[in-house]
Amino acid sequence: MMFMVPAVNVADLKETTLLNMGIFALFVAITMIIVIKASKNNKTAADYYAAGRSFTGSQNGTAIAGDYLSAASFLGITGAIAINGYDGFMYSIGFLVAWLVALLLVAELLRNTGKFTMADVLSFRLKQRPVRIAAAISTLVVCFFYLLAQMAGAGTLISLLLGISDWGGQALVIIVVGALMIMYVLIGGMKGTTWVQIIKAVLLIAGAAVMTLWVLAIYGFNLSSLLGGAVEASGNQNLLNPGLQYGKTETSKIDFMSLALALVLGTAALPHVLMRFYTVPTAKEARKSVVWSIWLIGLFYLFTLVLGFGAAALVGADTIKSAPGGVNSAAPLLAFHLGGPLLLGFISAVAFATILAVVAGLTITAAASFAHDIYASVIAKGKADAATEVKVARRTVVVIGVLAIIGGIFANGQNVAFLVALAFAVAASANLPTIVYSLYWRKFTTQGAIWSMYGGLGSAIILIALSPVVSGAKTSMIPGANFAIFPLSNPGIVSIPLAFFLGWLGSVLDKNVEDITKQAEMEVRSLTGVGAEKATEH
Amino acid sequence: MGHEAQETDATADVDFKEVQSTPRFQELRKRHRSFVFPMTIAFLLWYFAYVLLADYAVEFMSTKVWGNINVGLIMGLLQFVTTFAITGWYVNYSNRKLDPIAAEIRHEIEGHEFDKHGNQISGV
Repeated sequence: MMFMVPAVNVADLKETTLLNMGIFALFVAITMIIVIKASKNNKTAADYYAAGRSFTGSQNGTAIAGDYLSAASFLGITGAIAINGYDGFMYSIGFLVAWLVALLLVAELLRNTGKFTMADVLSFRLKQRPVRIAAAISTLVVCFFYLLAQMAGAGTLISLLLGISDWGGQALVIIVVGALMIMYVLIGGMKGTTWVQIIKAVLLIAGAAVMTLWVLAIYGFNLSSLLGGAVEASGNQNLLNPGLQYGKTETSKIDFMSLALALVLGTAALPHVLMRFYTVPTAKEARKSVVWSIWLIGLFYLFTLVLGFGAAALVGADTIKSAPGGVNSAAPLLAFHLGGPLLLGFISAVAFATILAVVAGLTITAAASFAHDIYASVIAKGKADAATEVKVARRTVVVIGVLAIIGGIFANGQNVAFLVALAFAVAASANLPTIVYSLYWRKFTTQGAIWSMYGGLGSAIILIALSPVVSGAKTSMIPGANFAIFPLSNPGIVSIPLAFFLGWLGSVLDKNVEDITKQAEMEVRSLTGVGAEKATEH
Repeated sequence: MGHEAQETDATADVDFKEVQSTPRFQELRKRHRSFVFPMTIAFLLWYFAYVLLADYAVEFMSTKVWGNINVGLIMGLLQFVTTFAITGWYVNYSNRKLDPIAAEIRHEIEGHEFDKHGNQISGV
């Protein structure tokens, strides 16, 4: 049977361009109507940033899944499994297990102590100004890295799905995606963004489920024969064994450890994920949303296992690698192989929606952080009224949207899953130590927070700049130059422990004592939910 | 921002240091930490043990168990199972051991907004 697989002809894909565009336009039209309807009640800052705290746990959990399952997850992981087999699967595991950090240590306590942004929690019992600025800067940097990854993904996807292969045409489509995203966020705020994410999550998981069942049906619902088919088609006996991608040298093995560390500690420090916990009315609903998202995300990653090996068996690694979009094209090519133009059209529309929804979530997080943490608290010194703050946030949305478009045009062609892994490393280094210390360590001080945040952020970025990602290798961003003195492509194994160490060192060396009343207040609030902001009523 | 004003009013006169020193709050803190800390250490150890095995014990992980399904795949799928199990365990623990005390303390401080079960009283 494996030998009768009809070859996927990449040239055929272009004939489905109109259909792809039609399905995508339909998605945009429907979600736009919902966004406009949902935005009718946007009045206060809590409405705009936190959707009036009116979503239920299961709605928010679905939206979190929609926020988290980015193009990197869907296209990147499926492609990584199709090409690198078992090593690709390990991405899924890291991305999923990471949610336990969020569930056990962060989600509920954060919901109880903050209002809109990550900085609310970090600066709660420390000196407002310096900690807020540091937290806002790291929020903006992480969001920007993540945005670049999504926009780069948009470019790759377009080249494959819309048959637009010239640079100018792809740039035009990135501009359209960016403009749409700006509209969603401007009109709908967090409520509109959340609805887009919910719809997208349902479509994505349903689409992946259909394809998974289809692939399994071809192999008589026997996972072992599917795996056998993948090995046979690839001609590589080691496809099912670990080490195909990361087992080559001692350095690459350590690089893999570094990646694993960044993945598992990064999720609970991603600002756009943290901000989602503010859209529910209570900590109990925050817990419910994490539980809901763990189930959805886990289920989805199980699907990617089948889809990845399915693509290896049915489409073949050579076809995938030579298609426009390369590794990222495995899932769309598999869809085309299974269900022809219609399924491809549906899956491509879902992939576009995925990028759009994640980009919208990142943009509103970055805008909220700028308007709430930098403008309202630092520039206007807390004297800005809510209306002005929301106005600033809206303007920031436009600025970030334009930056993302420009960045996306230049990042076009970079490896998507990889850029996302870097965003995870930066988040885990810059944010996680301070989040954990300020929630659990009484003696944590402002100096510790500042050292940890800037130290983690700075070391992660410097190490990335000096790594083979940027220079010194064929796949680098600047292939011509070589200043890669740091051998690992993921900085996590150095920068994360360093940031934890700096947080401890800065605190024990700090001569200033923090306000113990504030510490008591934060601890009581975080565990009991006293005084936490409720849902707004209209 | 009317909602924020409300919130500060509701808790402005609360002595959080006193609440923090009550045995009941200390018990809540102890119950929370005695669950989440060991559990976090446990799943991180299990995750890194798995990563190290995949990294340095390739032959063991490649041992075929049933058809084409090898030890590595089974251990990977077990990571999914443990993640789901810990999630369920934590929810169960919180519902039984954490939420009742937290609701009691909160009820005392802002009794006019929540009933004993932590549900918001409507119309307030």
